[in-house]
Amino acid sequence: MTATLIWILVVLVVLVAIGLYLSWTAGRLDRLHARIDAARAALDAQLLRRASVAQELATSGVLDPAASIVLYEAAHAARQAEEEQREVAESELSQALRAVFADAQQLEIVREVPGGEAAAHELTEAVRRVPMARRFHNDAVGAARRLREHRKVRWFRLAGHAPFPMAFEMDDEPPTALADRAG
Amino acid sequence: MRIGIVCPYSWDVPGGVQFHIRDLAEYFIRLGHEVSVLAPADDDTPLPPYVVSAGRAVPVPYNGSVARLNFGFLSAARVRRWLHDGKFDVIHIHEPTSPSLGLLACWAAQGPIVATFHTSNPRSRAMIAAYSILQAALEKISARIAVSEYARRTLVEHLGGDAVVIPNGVDVDFFAQAEPKPEWQGETIGFVGRIDEPRKGLPVLMRALPKIFAERPDARLLVAGRGDEKEAVENLPKELRPRVEFLGMVSDEDKARFLRSVDLYVAPNTGGESFGIILVEAMSAGAPVLASDLDAFAQVLDQGAAGELFANEDADALAEAAVRLLGDPARRAELRERGSAHVRRFDWSTVGADILSVYETVTAGAAAVAADDKGSPGLMARFGLARD
Repeated sequence: MTATLIWILVVLVVLVAIGLYLSWTAGRLDRLHARIDAARAALDAQLLRRASVAQELATSGVLDPAASIVLYEAAHAARQAEEEQREVAESELSQALRAVFADAQQLEIVREVPGGEAAAHELTEAVRRVPMARRFHNDAVGAARRLREHRKVRWFRLAGHAPFPMAFEMDDEPPTALADRAG
Repeated sequence: MRIGIVCPYSWDVPGGVQFHIRDLAEYFIRLGHEVSVLAPADDDTPLPPYVVSAGRAVPVPYNGSVARLNFGFLSAARVRRWLHDGKFDVIHIHEPTSPSLGLLACWAAQGPIVATFHTSNPRSRAMIAAYSILQAALEKISARIAVSEYARRTLVEHLGGDAVVIPNGVDVDFFAQAEPKPEWQGETIGFVGRIDEPRKGLPVLMRALPKIFAERPDARLLVAGRGDEKEAVENLPKELRPRVEFLGMVSDEDKARFLRSVDLYVAPNTGGESFGIILVEAMSAGAPVLASDLDAFAQVLDQGAAGELFANEDADALAEAAVRLLGDPARRAELRERGSAHVRRFDWSTVGADILSVYETVTAGAAAVAADDKGSPGLMARFGLARD
């Protein structure tokens, strides 16, 4: 009789322990998803900021007409892109920025006009922060994916209905004239 | 911005990470941010006003040597109180994988957490055992910073995920404007580092010395750093010993003057370096640098463009390169110039701005840092017991 009771107790304790562990894991996963959301919001903000600065520069008349059109087109496409085309559009903006600012002199021209110093600074900051924000986002996505691929998470459906997190893949190489931190 | 920085090592013991944190904190304070540093320290050590003591670190054997660590209830409670009182917008943890304050803070906090990985230790046995606990704590870090591309690679290999590379900072002008000291000039080779720490590479340099001194009769070696001086010159022929001068521990000012004075700075380190701040300091002071070709050093020296590299632990290669450089003032002038230009990217004005960019990226759209209630809100909520 007592033996059965002890067994029932043991089973109960084990079940509670498993339950607590699963709950803790679900909490971990929840936090990771929250981190991805925050990182994605930050990435969106940085991408938007970069596109805005690029568009401002394109419409300012500082650049030659051809460069202005190339940059305006790319910045506009990046801002308007649907979710599925976003990565491609943002990559194209990176390419356009690299093409326009391939020559360090172009940056000097921007710096010389009134307010140009501030614009050049903003653009430098923006092209620097986009890769940062993207790396932080993809880091969070990687951590969540590793946890979600674990047996305990799949078997007990701890992730609920949260969509499987996707990394944001794009070409975010900044123009060398803007990336060179020397001097 | 309210910034909380967690230092894992005792504030009273000088070390690279501590200096980095001190300079970083003072840089942010100059910019008008509110900074609080949580660091282990003896209760009677005088601390700068921005440092909060987390209690005394306890020496325990860890990972093959005796490390001074903070752990246990008392430390955890102090970390929580600091987090609670600080109301930080972001906390910046250094060395989050060392079982000390960094890990405790990671465990106890929620909100935007930035972490810098300084060393690139291979995964220890203890870390594998504690992997799931460690992983759960490290998952909270919103942004990881590695001090070099090399440190980033090891980090990615051992922990997965990714990190941005931001090098350690140096006050370039402090070194560039130091006054050279005449008695340290005149065909001098400089070395800075612990004498009795073989990884710093003084034995390699000692093996190369006879050859260098034979070719360059006026050359001298100046060594700045603690350690047993007699033992260091043991294997050197007696007649050469007077040409090696030991300066002992030098102050920051004297280190800058030392680096300004020497004609060639040699860094023969054999391993265990993830960055190489001393090379940056030497370049800031305008010293031509000759360093072993460790991954981290090659990166700091721009793959040999800003300073020369020799095959690691190869005393003959070191001697050959040193003799060649000492006999070629034009090449040394070229290295000085390239080094001084290259080193600007390591200046605090650049590095500090980059770290601030990281803070701003992770705080955008996130709540402030708070003490984490160990996942219990989620648990309580799941059983319908949440208070709010």
